[in-house]
Amino acid sequence: MTTYLALLSLFGSLSLMSIGGGNTVLPEMHLRAVGGYHWLTDNQFADIFSISQAAPGPSILIVALVGYAAGLKVAGVAGALLGGVIATIAMLVPAALLMYLVTMSWQRAKESKLRYAVEKGFAPLTVGLILATSLVMSRAADHDWRAYLVTAAATVVFVRTDANPLLVVGGAAALGYLGFI
Amino acid sequence: MSEPPATTPPARISLLGIAGAFNHVALASFGGGLGAWSREVVVVRKKWLNDEQFLSAMTMCRIMPGANQVNLAVFVGAMMRGAPGAVAAVVGLCVVPVALILTLGFVYFTFKEIPAVKGALHGASAAAVALTVTMVIKTGRKCLTGVVPVALFAAAFVLNGILRWPLLLTLAILAPLSLIWAWPRKGEAAA
Repeated sequence: MTTYLALLSLFGSLSLMSIGGGNTVLPEMHLRAVGGYHWLTDNQFADIFSISQAAPGPSILIVALVGYAAGLKVAGVAGALLGGVIATIAMLVPAALLMYLVTMSWQRAKESKLRYAVEKGFAPLTVGLILATSLVMSRAADHDWRAYLVTAAATVVFVRTDANPLLVVGGAAALGYLGFI
Repeated sequence: MSEPPATTPPARISLLGIAGAFNHVALASFGGGLGAWSREVVVVRKKWLNDEQFLSAMTMCRIMPGANQVNLAVFVGAMMRGAPGAVAAVVGLCVVPVALILTLGFVYFTFKEIPAVKGALHGASAAAVALTVTMVIKTGRKCLTGVVPVALFAAAFVLNGILRWPLLLTLAILAPLSLIWAWPRKGEAAA
């Protein structure tokens, strides 16, 4: 029970601290889960980080695995699954609630000059940030020249053709599975 | 500027439709590229938002606390159908992935090993980066149409991507500049 309360309070507060995205609170999460509560080891944390990066869905779902590890210590697999669900809800709800309030006032501000300026002015800025994200993604995944070649080829396919992106991603996954990338 | 049709969709969008769209986004994004998939579904296929609305929302979602893609789901869901829409979008985005990740967690903590799919995910991530770059090219063609927007784009890329300045510091400098540039002037209708 105390473990679940600890999960609720830890992730409930990290949720509101994650300004700029989930990645910004990873160091704090690591510090508390590994060093403070000893729910998992350093190596396990690194492993669940790569699992959550690769699995489909938002990478913030790493919290489900931290919750799983915490619950496993006190109540076996059933307790682990419960821990995973509790950690996820605690991480998602506070920030989502705040975002909802902001969206509602945004919707009411339909005619405002600020909304007009944000929609027009933030667009080019965002495109630059997205390009920065692709660079950071490549570096984080430890890509070498072969992976960059696949990225370049796939980009040409995506821009020039109407090929289903899922087929291309699947094809690249097959190449990686066979050891070509 | 007339009100874009995307914010006042003619037909009421069903909650199941919203949840399904975000479930699609989540499941397509193995290896990464969640943002690119969100645009593909929300802007290109469903036409719920236009590119400007989507891109500006992306940056607002980064500034706010919370995972960016979860915030984006809240934003889109709430714009379409209010609170129920936001809940449907987040549930659609997260429920299947949580079940999947807990299954992976079970395998990992039981057998002490990551499932042998590392190579496949490495390959998938190379194509997922391509999806993100494609999004830059496609949206860039539409909004990088002058000296100031190109300068804002380049500055954001260099500061955040090359020099690795924190997002909030980058935005503290560039967001005011972009607002000054885009602020509606006299004679230009705000609405």
